[in-house]
Amino acid sequence: MTLSNQQKTEDVAAGIRKRVFLHTMRNNGGYLSQACSAAESLAFLYNEALKLGEPTLPKVPLPFAGAPSAHNPDAFTGAGYHGPFAPEYDRFIISPAHYALVIYSALIQMGRMDEHALDHFNRDGGSVEMIGAEHSPGMEVTTGSLAQGLSMAAGVAWARKKKGEPGKVWVYMSDGEFQEGQTWECLAAMSYHGIDNIRVVVDVNRQQCDGAMSSVLDLGDLPARVSSFGVTCRSIDGHDLDAFRTAAESAEPGKPLIILANTSPFQGMEFLKKRFPRLHYVRFKSAEERQEMQTAIAAELGVDEAEIARA
Amino acid sequence: MVEIVNRPYAKAFETFATARPEVLCLSADLTSSCEVDGFRDRHPEQFLSLGMAEQNMLSFAGGLAMQGYRPFIHTFSVFLYRRPYDQLINSIAYSNRKVRMMGFLPGIATPGGITHQAIEDISVMRAIPNMTILECGDATEVETVLDVADSVNGPVYVRVLRGEVPRLFSTPFELNKLRTLSEGDDVLVVTSGICTEEALRAAEPLKSRGIGIHHLHVSTLKPFDRDGLIKAARGKKGVVTLENHTINGGLGSLVAEILAEEGLGVKLRRLGLQDTFAHGASKPYLMKKYKLDASALVAAIGDVLGKALDIDDAELEAVRLDTVHSAQKAEAL
Repeated sequence: MTLSNQQKTEDVAAGIRKRVFLHTMRNNGGYLSQACSAAESLAFLYNEALKLGEPTLPKVPLPFAGAPSAHNPDAFTGAGYHGPFAPEYDRFIISPAHYALVIYSALIQMGRMDEHALDHFNRDGGSVEMIGAEHSPGMEVTTGSLAQGLSMAAGVAWARKKKGEPGKVWVYMSDGEFQEGQTWECLAAMSYHGIDNIRVVVDVNRQQCDGAMSSVLDLGDLPARVSSFGVTCRSIDGHDLDAFRTAAESAEPGKPLIILANTSPFQGMEFLKKRFPRLHYVRFKSAEERQEMQTAIAAELGVDEAEIARA
Repeated sequence: MVEIVNRPYAKAFETFATARPEVLCLSADLTSSCEVDGFRDRHPEQFLSLGMAEQNMLSFAGGLAMQGYRPFIHTFSVFLYRRPYDQLINSIAYSNRKVRMMGFLPGIATPGGITHQAIEDISVMRAIPNMTILECGDATEVETVLDVADSVNGPVYVRVLRGEVPRLFSTPFELNKLRTLSEGDDVLVVTSGICTEEALRAAEPLKSRGIGIHHLHVSTLKPFDRDGLIKAARGKKGVVTLENHTINGGLGSLVAEILAEEGLGVKLRRLGLQDTFAHGASKPYLMKKYKLDASALVAAIGDVLGKALDIDDAELEAVRLDTVHSAQKAEAL
């Protein structure tokens, strides 16, 4: 339905929110808040920042082809939806695998996946898993165990730099991953080795599974902490596309670029505020509760409620 | 007398890696302890220092492998799988990445105590799909394991020996092939790593008493030469395994699994750490204390045969080991 750069980035963001909302209502639950915080970040990345080739996997997602092994030539990763591996193209590593529904929605919105690809979501035997696996669309590595994506991406970036490849390595992360020690190990290593072909966008929504990060393990002044590792750190409004554009162009030689996108977990769906601090996964206790949310958010997004029934 | 080779890994790795630009040497602050300090100094373009940060190092290595490099990670065995186990699974093993993990000071080969002694590494690694496990038993295997490890399409864990290493074998490391060190009809002895040298000390004293020992040295633990083991075990009065590892999940366990699955019904004694942690002390002291030595082997053989063998420690200690040239002939059988 759409091809890259033919939509306004604002429209891509709106499309991501709408698709995640429709899917959540149709399936009686989902990772809704992540769409609120991530929509502009992913819209900016897919529609403007990333230099990706045409998808190499079919638009209708394939079934799971088995775990990778020396004896399984059929195994594949979801990297194919980001186009071919070639020196000039970027790679895009998505670390918070539970953002999968939002990623799939972005890929559909960008025309990289079939309009009805979400029909395969969370289906037994399929590749469009609820928590993205490395065979799930858009997933290039195994990242459901948080904080490993950045380190793998750093290894890819170091290797690409050594080979002189112009393509960059982009990473999408969640702020909760900064509770893991590995993230800080990786920042230190990237800084020490001057890995400057990596661009990291962090969804700083200050939410995690248990609730607000301030009630779980607060990260304090995250920009100061990240900056102190000797990387370039830009802390921006994560719903401001111009801020993204400026930050993405501000990389410094010899340093990785970390963009802290400060976001709202309710952006575009203010009704979700009623759910705070239980935002990680939205589910419904009653039909009335479901209907109330459906009506309210449909109105916010400008969605015709009749469209929800058209599953 | 057996030849003692000084730092065989250092030379072997330099020769191996410099001929292969896609090989990278990764280190986590144990560079000289893993005998790659000379390589670091002479070939900095192939060396990557990642500091005391093993979680990042393993995931980083997964990323390097995605780009066609073949990272050889150098650190002590314990630090490859205990702290960064999740990274080992998700950044390396699941995706079947060609990352080679060179583990130094396996088992009680280090006086470093519980924190440094990898006594359950084989058990842990065996449980991981896609993993290949190799273990060096002498200088020749240390010198020739790199080609073997690098030929594997997937992740490889290697137990490496460092420092002064005896040369027991005259033929190179071969993937998934048992070495037949002696043939006899009474008892099958299966050993690996540093325990093979120890077992060889018992060879002559046993022979002189008319005990027929079929001795197999294992250097590939996963995959495993199942048929070779079954052939050697069939018709024996007993089987004894001896390993520098806990008896749970390592060589003894895998031999037990195969014997049971084949229904051979032969007595088995597993020597190794008997479900205990060790502590910091010298290798000979620990091998004696935890019954990983020739004396323990003799006792176990006597046990499966149902008779005392009357071989005392003094006789075992007096044994002068020779390189197993006979291995060439035996292996050709």
